[in-house]
Amino acid sequence: MVDELPWWGGLVLPLALGLLVAAAASWDSLLSARASGANAGQALTLPFREAGGLLVQQRRRTLAADTLLWRGGALALVVAGVLASLVTPFGRWAVADLSIGIVWFNAMEVVAWAAVWLVGWGANSAYGLIGGYRFIAQGLAYELPHMFALITAALGAGSLRVADVVAAQDSLWFVAWMPIAFVVYLLSVLAMSYWGPFDQAVGADIAGGATAELSGVDRLVFAAGRWLLLVSGAAFAVPLFLGGGAGPLLPSWLWTLVKTVAVLGLLVWVRRRIPTVRMERYEEVAWLVLIPLTLLQALVVAIVVIAR
Amino acid sequence: MWTQIAFWACAVGAVATGVAVFRVDSMARATFALLASFIFASGTVFLLNLAYLGVLVILMMIMEMVVMVVFMIMYMMNPAGLMPMTMVHNQKGSLAIAGGVFVALAVGISLVRWPTSDAARPADPTRALGEALMGSKMLVMMVIGLCLFATMVATVVLATNRGRYDRYGDRLDAKRPDDPVRGGLNR
Repeated sequence: MVDELPWWGGLVLPLALGLLVAAAASWDSLLSARASGANAGQALTLPFREAGGLLVQQRRRTLAADTLLWRGGALALVVAGVLASLVTPFGRWAVADLSIGIVWFNAMEVVAWAAVWLVGWGANSAYGLIGGYRFIAQGLAYELPHMFALITAALGAGSLRVADVVAAQDSLWFVAWMPIAFVVYLLSVLAMSYWGPFDQAVGADIAGGATAELSGVDRLVFAAGRWLLLVSGAAFAVPLFLGGGAGPLLPSWLWTLVKTVAVLGLLVWVRRRIPTVRMERYEEVAWLVLIPLTLLQALVVAIVVIAR
Repeated sequence: MWTQIAFWACAVGAVATGVAVFRVDSMARATFALLASFIFASGTVFLLNLAYLGVLVILMMIMEMVVMVVFMIMYMMNPAGLMPMTMVHNQKGSLAIAGGVFVALAVGISLVRWPTSDAARPADPTRALGEALMGSKMLVMMVIGLCLFATMVATVVLATNRGRYDRYGDRLDAKRPDDPVRGGLNR
């Protein structure tokens, strides 16, 4: 079903992700302009003007910063965001159709744990470090429910290969009979890119947390990595739960695009609507409510798979 | 050809970052040098066509090292490398031990007659591994899992200075636990 692209697929992937990032950032900017009554036309191009501004901005220096780890963290975030999408099929094509695609995706997402902590640590700034530690606490809250949600989809298909997961949804999309796994997956995508209700790591109460001392190109790279994680997570929801490129009339690549944009638009919209959740509160919800729920969901799927 | 290049790149990278762990003077750098060393090592696992194990090493090591760095920095002197520090203690003794172990292992590797197998490679190593672990070794896995879980619970119980009497009162009759930090469920 899914064909691997030749070597140039690896070059096209960052471009495609970049376009989605640009679209999502513009949509986000448009939403905030509508909320504040600003000019909508200017809001659409605001992310690009901000990016240009950051490119020419001089870097802020801090005393005794660990520059290697600081810059390395932001770079790792971008690389992980792109590598995670390596296994995401775009209609009929994927850059790599690994037999363990779901585990690969998960491993690349986990890089964010190290990356955000490094960015918080590297600046030698108290607020930055607190932001980094908050993100690790957040990771401990979202990662286990997230892994169970991924496992549930793999269990339904009986395979860790993303192409098999898509093929298993021929008759019924996984979202229809794994709704809990789907919702938990979307929640953890938000938490992973520390947006919306899960933005405590870069919260205003600690002067921007992990981003407190970032400026110029570094800030741009870090923001790009954050958007890439959100886009990669939204795009992976499509083969995982929404039937991949399945759909009437339109070609499969267009369906994938439509579904990805829909999930991405929803995530960007939702994160603007909900106030920040404090991590010690989400921790308890995640461990006492979400983990049992996802385990139950996995049990239901396992019973259906065995009975079939 | 390219597997040879990849193997040597991974091997040299793993050793170099492993050496870096003891050369750098900051706990954060030492921890992430160790992480880099493990990721290079996982590259050699990929070369054996064991993609699942390779990715698993990356996944687990990142999570493990990030949790570890928190504790390392909490407990170790000089976390940020702002003062001179060395990771190496008892230099002569450790040199002797490390050299001895290296020689023993190197001699062992070249002297042992390694077993060969006529069995064909399984088509799907991930499935073969899963069946090996979950099939005949299931009892072992369950016992290990139970022991690990019991260890974790016991460690937390021993480490916390608040017991149920602190939370629910001397008669354990409080409706809501008295916790310094309230969780999200408003219990």
